[in-house]
Amino acid sequence: MNLSRPARIALRTAAGLGFAVIYLPLLLVLVGSLNPDRSASWPPPGLTLDWWAAAWANEGAREALWTSVRAGGAATAIALVLGTLIAFAVQRHRFFGREAVSFAVVLPIALPGIVTGIALNSAFGTVLAPLGVGLGLFTVIVGHATFCIVVVFNNVTARLRRLPGSYEEAAMDLGAHTFRTFRDVTFPLLRSALLAGGLLAFALSFDEVVVTTFTAGPGVRTLPLWIFDNMTRPQQAPVVNVVAALLVLLSVIPIYAAQRLSSDTAGGGRV
Amino acid sequence: MTVLSPTPAAPRAAGAVRRLAGALHRRPRVRLAALLTAPLLWLVLAYLGSLAALFLSAFWTTDSFTSEVVRVWSGQNFQELVSSPVYRTVALRTVGVALAVTVLCALIAFPLAFYTARVASPRRRPLLVVAILTPLWASYLVKVYAWRLILSEGGPLDWALRPLGLSGPGYGLTATVMVLTYLWLPYMILPLHTALEQLPDNLLHASADLGARAGRTFRSVVLPMVWPAVAAGSVFTFSLSLGDYITVQIVGGKTQLLGNLVYSNVTLNLPLAAALGTVPVAVIVLYLLAVRRTGALRSL
Repeated sequence: MNLSRPARIALRTAAGLGFAVIYLPLLLVLVGSLNPDRSASWPPPGLTLDWWAAAWANEGAREALWTSVRAGGAATAIALVLGTLIAFAVQRHRFFGREAVSFAVVLPIALPGIVTGIALNSAFGTVLAPLGVGLGLFTVIVGHATFCIVVVFNNVTARLRRLPGSYEEAAMDLGAHTFRTFRDVTFPLLRSALLAGGLLAFALSFDEVVVTTFTAGPGVRTLPLWIFDNMTRPQQAPVVNVVAALLVLLSVIPIYAAQRLSSDTAGGGRV
Repeated sequence: MTVLSPTPAAPRAAGAVRRLAGALHRRPRVRLAALLTAPLLWLVLAYLGSLAALFLSAFWTTDSFTSEVVRVWSGQNFQELVSSPVYRTVALRTVGVALAVTVLCALIAFPLAFYTARVASPRRRPLLVVAILTPLWASYLVKVYAWRLILSEGGPLDWALRPLGLSGPGYGLTATVMVLTYLWLPYMILPLHTALEQLPDNLLHASADLGARAGRTFRSVVLPMVWPAVAAGSVFTFSLSLGDYITVQIVGGKTQLLGNLVYSNVTLNLPLAAALGTVPVAVIVLYLLAVRRTGALRSL
């Protein structure tokens, strides 16, 4: 398309503005965490690392970080296994209800989080509570794993679609049985897709607020829940700023890595 | 497994694995069942079951004195939904917010995606896409928090606008629409970028050869071809806006959307919350049916 010079300049300007709008809020959080003023006044009177030290010493924030890591790790592990199994079933087999299965996988992120949240909350309350299992880290992991499956599923499906079946057939012709073929041929070809899916699943779990609100028992607080609880407390403002800045860095790194790892997949978020 | 031969343990196990592999290979149905059992059990037990139970409970009621759920079949909650003007206003407002966010996302995403897909030099394109999308996938809560700081009284936005004699919108409906637009932008940029990148050059050349200027080519060639991508992106921007309540709580001031109503009813009246929750789900299903006609869902 032959764009006129003014049109090119207009597009360039619009894109530049867009970039500015995308980056400014996050930069602001980073700057805010260095603001020596407790009330986060604007513009900041100077820069300091004191609040980072204060945040590190903050028991609640540290415990929340650890809870998030454990929940994310466990949910990712479950999602990796279940998502890969479903991806193989849907990609390598033709069966009745195949469409319905792929739909059921996507449903947890297609429906509003609050619907998923209250559904899980009331189900846990009626089924698990009589068995003596209250809301806690376990229920958080179950909730997170349910919507993390789709990320792994998407990544593995995209990779399987591009993998020619001939490698596996060759391995079988050379006498390798199903499990041997998987270990020596299919798995190495899938590895980067699994890594990308796992990273995205972890990032998704690490970031989740709504489902966590409804599945976490008292005393179980992930990092987002901790921020949400303390966001409106002026006393905690500087530490919240630091934790928010940390969360930007922690969530952007795996997403960036996942995008570089798998050029064939859509990327992160709830897609 | 009972293997009675006196062979050493390791080869015996290997033989068993080999036999199992052979059996699975010969019976694709069994193999399929082995693949599907665990994930389907998980999805049905942990998710679909609770979802079904929730929608079932929308037909129950609560005892107004004890807040206990009364398991008697009734359409009372839905009757209340339809007849109460409060719920109607909130539902309409929510749909309005979702539509506004979708339109704004499309308007902002288009020049960005057009730039990354067709104007920037081809070598820099992939890097630009990463540069746009990576920060947008940063933590949801942190982004809302950042906007809470930006929009606060005497905050950065007020500070930047003061020389012009203006001030920011503060917390409220406008702030909600702004923040939701910022949050869901990647879901619009990504499909648009992909569609614009795949636009064949010869079509644009043909249009120019036939005498069309850029504006005409844009209207008659580019727009019709990327329309399905806009529709695909809108599915996410629209449905994510319909269900949100956290952003509204943080920057919405006194604004009420459907998500907030569901949230505030969860502990007191779960059946009513469930009935309220069916509204966004129904709207999303209707929206999906409408969008399916454009063929957008195939490219999701």
